[in-house]
Amino acid sequence: MSLSLTNRHCWFEATARARINGLLDTGSFSEILPPAASQPSPHLAQLDLPGAFDDGVIVGYGQLEKKPIFVIAQEGQFMGGAVGEIHGAKIVGLLRRAAREKPAAVLFLIDSGGVRLHEANAGLIAISEIMRAVLDARAAGVPVIALVGGSCGAFGGMGIVAKLCSAILISEEGRLALSGPEVIETVAGVEEFDAKDRALVWRVTGGKHRYLMGDCAMLVDDDIAAFRTGTTAFLADWREPAPSAALLRARQQVLENRLAAYGTLRDGLQVWAALGVAQPESVPMLDRDSLVALKEGLPT
Amino acid sequence: MEMLEFRFDSKPGARPTDPALCGVVGSGNLEILVQPSEQPDCCQVRIKTSARGFGATWRAVIGDFAASHAAGGTAIAINDMGATPAVVSLRLAQALADYQGGAL
Amino acid sequence: MSLNDIFDSLFPAGHAVTVANQVITGEAMTAHGPVAVLGTTDAAAIDHAMALALSAFILDTVEQHPGRPLVFLVDTSGQALSRSQELLCLNGSLAHLASCVDLARRQGHASLSLVTANAVSGGFLSFGLMADRAYALADAQVRVMDLRAMARVTKIAHERLVELAADSPIFAPGAESYVRMGAIETIWPAPSAGLLEDALAAGQAAPASDRRMASGQERGGRQLAAGIAQAVGA
Repeated sequence: MSLSLTNRHCWFEATARARINGLLDTGSFSEILPPAASQPSPHLAQLDLPGAFDDGVIVGYGQLEKKPIFVIAQEGQFMGGAVGEIHGAKIVGLLRRAAREKPAAVLFLIDSGGVRLHEANAGLIAISEIMRAVLDARAAGVPVIALVGGSCGAFGGMGIVAKLCSAILISEEGRLALSGPEVIETVAGVEEFDAKDRALVWRVTGGKHRYLMGDCAMLVDDDIAAFRTGTTAFLADWREPAPSAALLRARQQVLENRLAAYGTLRDGLQVWAALGVAQPESVPMLDRDSLVALKEGLPT
Repeated sequence: MEMLEFRFDSKPGARPTDPALCGVVGSGNLEILVQPSEQPDCCQVRIKTSARGFGATWRAVIGDFAASHAAGGTAIAINDMGATPAVVSLRLAQALADYQGGAL
Repeated sequence: MSLNDIFDSLFPAGHAVTVANQVITGEAMTAHGPVAVLGTTDAAAIDHAMALALSAFILDTVEQHPGRPLVFLVDTSGQALSRSQELLCLNGSLAHLASCVDLARRQGHASLSLVTANAVSGGFLSFGLMADRAYALADAQVRVMDLRAMARVTKIAHERLVELAADSPIFAPGAESYVRMGAIETIWPAPSAGLLEDALAAGQAAPASDRRMASGQERGGRQLAAGIAQAVGA
C-alpha cells in the first residue's frame, strides 16, 4: 500500500487525511471529534465488522490561503465511503456549524457510493439531512464546494448531494452519477451498460464528460496541489447567490433544453460531437489544459 | 469479528500527549491509533479484527513489535479488515514513528 | 385503492388533478384552502422528464400561488436505471427537484408528503424526504433495498439480516422503521381528509428546520446521530 514517488501527491490514491493535509495551509487543520475521542459504529459491530474510529469521514476546520475554511472529507477506502448513522451525523453537524459560524467556504471532499447498506435506513435519512444542511449553509451565504476525484466518485445519494453544492471541482479520474454501472448492468443487461468497459464508464460518468457538459465548474489534474490551486482560484471569483425562483427557473430551462437535445444519446462521444467538439474520440487522450482550452473554444 | 487484547513489556520511549493515527480500514488493511498510557514499561494493544481465529498470529506479531521497538508507555488500538502480518508490522512501526515524531 | 379513490378520500371538497406519464400535478381544496398536489404513481422509476415536470410545477406554484401548501403523493420504485439517463446526470435533475422543494419552503410554502405505495432510495430522496414532514399509508413499502439484495451486496447472510431486522430499524425495510428513525411522522391506516387537515395544521404550526434527528432520538430509532451532530456543531 505504499505510494510510489511519482504518485506521492496524486488525489485518487491518497487517503482522506492526506488530501486534507495537502489541500489546506500546512499545519492549519484541526479535526473535530478526532479518532481518540470516537468509537467505531455499534451498527457495524453488530454485523461483525470492526468499523473505524472516524466512521469513514473527517470533519474539521483550517485555512486555505489564510481564509477560514471548514472541511468534510470522506474516506473512500472505508466501506466505499458510504454514509451510515455516525458518518452522516458528523457531516450534518459540520454543515450546521458552518451556517452559524460562516467560514469562507465548506470544502466537501466527496468519495462515496452513497447509502451504507449495512445501515440502509439511517444512511438514507442522513443523506436527506445532508441535502437540507447543504442548502441551509448555502442560504446562509456559505459556499459549499464539492471536490470529486476519488476511487468511489460521487454516486447514489452523494451524487445528488454533489449537485446541490455551489459547484463541483472534478478530476479526470473522478466520476459523478446516480446509479453505479454495475447496478444498471445487473438490472437492465450488459447491452444497456457494460460495467466492465472502463472507457465507456468514464465517457458517461467521468470528470471530462461532466466538465464538458457543464455539470462541473472546473476540471483539475489528479493532484492534491492542483485541487488546492483550483479551489483557491474558484473561491476568489465566487459569490454565493441567495436562493431564488429566478435562478431555479434558469436552471430548469437549461435542463429541459439538454433533455430535448440529448435525451436519446447513449455515449459521451455523441454528446461532445453535438456540443461542437471536432474530434470527440480524442477527448479521452487530451490532457487537462488542452481539454479546458477546447471547452472554452466551444460555441455556447 | 474478534476482539483481542495484549500486553507486552517494551522499552520505554517518548510519550507525547497527541495521539497518532495511521492507516485506513480498507479490505486487507488496518488503522492504528497510538496514545500515551499510564505504564511506561508496557505496550497495551486492543484489536478489533474482521477475521477470526488468528489470535496466535496477532500475539506473535505484536510480541515482535514490542520487543524490537521502544513502545513502552503506549496504548494502541487497532481496527483491522484482514491485513497480512507483514502489513500489520509495517503499520505498527509507522504508527509508532508518527506518534513519537509528533505527526498526526 | 386506486389513485382516484385516494384523491376522493383526501380531498372530499374537490380536486382537479391530472396524471400524465406517472406524474401527478394539480390542485385540491381542503379546510385550509387550496393546496398544490403533485407526485408520482404506479411505482414510477424517476427519470429526467418526471423530475423536471415536478420541479416545473413547484416553480409555477411558487410564482403563481404564494404560500400555497404542497402535498406530495409518493409512489416510486426509485430512480430510472438507464445509461442515457446517467449520461445527462440524473443526480443533477433530482438535485434540482430537491432544490425547488427547498425553495418553496423558504418562500413560505408548507409541504408534506404521503407515501401511497412505494418509496425507494433516490426517488424518495428527491422530493418525498425533502418535504417538511412525511407520512405513509399503512401498506406502504418504504426501503432502500430488500434484504435479499442487501445480503448479496454486503455478503452478510440473509438469515442474519432477517434476525437483526426484527429489532433494528437501522436497516429493516418498512415504514415503521422510518417512523422510529424520525423520518416519517405517522402511519395512516387509510387516506383521510381528517388526517390531512391535521397534518396541514401541524405543518403551519411547526418550525421549518429539520428536526428529524431529534425525533429519531426521542423515538429511540436513532440513538447516536443527534448527539454526534450536536458535539460537532457545538
